[in-house]
Amino acid sequence: MAELKHKEDRRPGPPPVLAPGHTFGSVTSKISSLVLTDPYDWRWAIGMGIGSSLLLLFAVAVVQLLLRGIGIWGVNVPVMWGLAIINFVWWIGIGHAGTLISAILLLLKQEWRTSINRFAEAMTLFAVACAGVFPLLHMGRPWKFYWLLPYPNTMALLPQWRSPLVWDVFAVSTYASVSVMFWYVGLIPDLATLRDRAISRPAQLIYGSLALGWRGSARHWARYKSAYMLLAALATPLVVSVHTVVSFDFAASVIPGWHTTIFPPYFVAGAIFSGFAMVVTLCVPLRAAYGLHDFITDRHLDNMAKILLVTGSIVGYGYAMEFFIAWYSANPYEGFLFLEARPFGWYANAYRTMIFCNVLIPQLFWFPACRRNVMLLWICSLIVNVGMWLERYVIVITSTSQDFLPSSWAMYYPTFWDWATFLGTIGLFLFLMFLFIRFLPVIAIAEMRELVHETDHHAARERGLPAGEPHGEAR
Amino acid sequence: MSDERGVENHDVYGLMAEFDGVAHLIEATQSAYDHGFRLMEAYTPFPVEGLDLALGYYRNKVPRTVFAGAVLGGIGGFLLQCWSAIWYYPHNIAGKPLYSWPAFIPITFEMAVLGGALSAVFGMLYFNGLPRLYHPVFNVPEFVQASNDRFFLCIQSRDPLFDPKETLSFLESRGPRVISVVPY
Repeated sequence: MAELKHKEDRRPGPPPVLAPGHTFGSVTSKISSLVLTDPYDWRWAIGMGIGSSLLLLFAVAVVQLLLRGIGIWGVNVPVMWGLAIINFVWWIGIGHAGTLISAILLLLKQEWRTSINRFAEAMTLFAVACAGVFPLLHMGRPWKFYWLLPYPNTMALLPQWRSPLVWDVFAVSTYASVSVMFWYVGLIPDLATLRDRAISRPAQLIYGSLALGWRGSARHWARYKSAYMLLAALATPLVVSVHTVVSFDFAASVIPGWHTTIFPPYFVAGAIFSGFAMVVTLCVPLRAAYGLHDFITDRHLDNMAKILLVTGSIVGYGYAMEFFIAWYSANPYEGFLFLEARPFGWYANAYRTMIFCNVLIPQLFWFPACRRNVMLLWICSLIVNVGMWLERYVIVITSTSQDFLPSSWAMYYPTFWDWATFLGTIGLFLFLMFLFIRFLPVIAIAEMRELVHETDHHAARERGLPAGEPHGEAR
Repeated sequence: MSDERGVENHDVYGLMAEFDGVAHLIEATQSAYDHGFRLMEAYTPFPVEGLDLALGYYRNKVPRTVFAGAVLGGIGGFLLQCWSAIWYYPHNIAGKPLYSWPAFIPITFEMAVLGGALSAVFGMLYFNGLPRLYHPVFNVPEFVQASNDRFFLCIQSRDPLFDPKETLSFLESRGPRVISVVPY
């Protein structure tokens, strides 16, 4: 024992993924009490208040749009995409970190993902919901959205399968469906826990119905595990494909600054970058408000900061490579855009701020002290969120406002309704997020119990297989 | 089938033993299997590796269902595009061939993923017999702990070896915390 202690002192490992001393019961009661027994508190009320106020603004903005048409937005020739598409790409990118955490890190057996995957998945769903709103509204006649889908109709029309915009419809709707299923399947055992621990009859009935009668049978768990792993394996290429297809919306066109082969990987890295920034943005206040320091430890924040550093650097590489290709290709339009219009032109401030937020700020995370400073990490995550929004702004606006012919150049000015719709979707996101925090477990309880089991198991094994191990052969 | 046993079986779903540890449960399950019990089920608050094997369960049809779903989804998506682009609504766009299969790949892929995911979720629920809101095991008051920190083994009365007294003494010999009768 003394020897072990000595070894631990000499080489301090990373902070644990779960604070020591937790049992199955303590994990269950701590997480389920957030939903079942803790009273509403003022922080939740304030958050929900902000979220639902902005949601009302969203309702007003959408009604305005439906009544008056997209002329109330600032989109016009030559900038036809405007804030709607910027917000669409921004939101869908944010969603991607949730899938990355829940699927890719699951397949890679990164056990630190366990305590953040549930709300990261919820974040994915809500971000995709916010993203989906924009292309629909941007169509001008949102009530005819179903024309995008292949269905038998009297017009004898079907989608144009060679268009990336049609691929996008399939990619985003598949992504939304798979995310919902993945999230719900993960929730089933936890809904059963809530059913069994709920005191009020309505809560028992609602959680009981949603749990579908889950009873934790070993055969059920075996099928559940394989279904869950296979969903993860399907979601992993899916998440890459979704942002690739989103980047095709741009890259398959001929607009300078869009027509590049680096777009798919650079968009995927950017999506993960912005998504992890959003996870940090949500995770830090959540952990502080609900005292979840035992489950979301400094190890999690440290790892997420490292991911921000890596993906931020990939994004920085993308920016640099765009510059290089603009110069190396000797294409006058590309050259003008990258070497003049973006760094020194009409939108130079947006471009420079973007570089500062996305490339320079993450470099702080080379230093362990910065990764472990929670406040600094949180502020940086907000800056990255802004930076990634600006990235889409720069891509959409600079390329279209100054394309091939100077005679068709024009500035783009977002209107009040553009901003109202954007703020409105932030409201929708917050509203759904706070509902989720209130009514569903923010941390996957069954997976945490499994983590407790594995932690105990490994600890027992490290102590050299004592008598507690039933089939342990003495070596 | 004797009358006495028939009556018993109509009233009782099985006998359920409650354990407080994973290792304990696996050991008990393994010995119940070795003893010859087959119609039994273990209940745990999280997936326990090896427990399904201890129960003698090894036919998991979920993976092949997912594979079938993904293949069907992909083929369906591809054929839908071919049918519509070549036969139903042929349209010359920028001189591209009607059968421009590389452009059909993204949607084919998405449909394969969708088919696989739908069959994973609904296949898992179908094979598990869910949703099923009522089940006899819920009649045991302690069973609420199965979703918290207790581990249960239930030997069903339908098992040919089931005999109330003998099964009870078998379970007692495994050292459980509590043994309960599971009524229908």
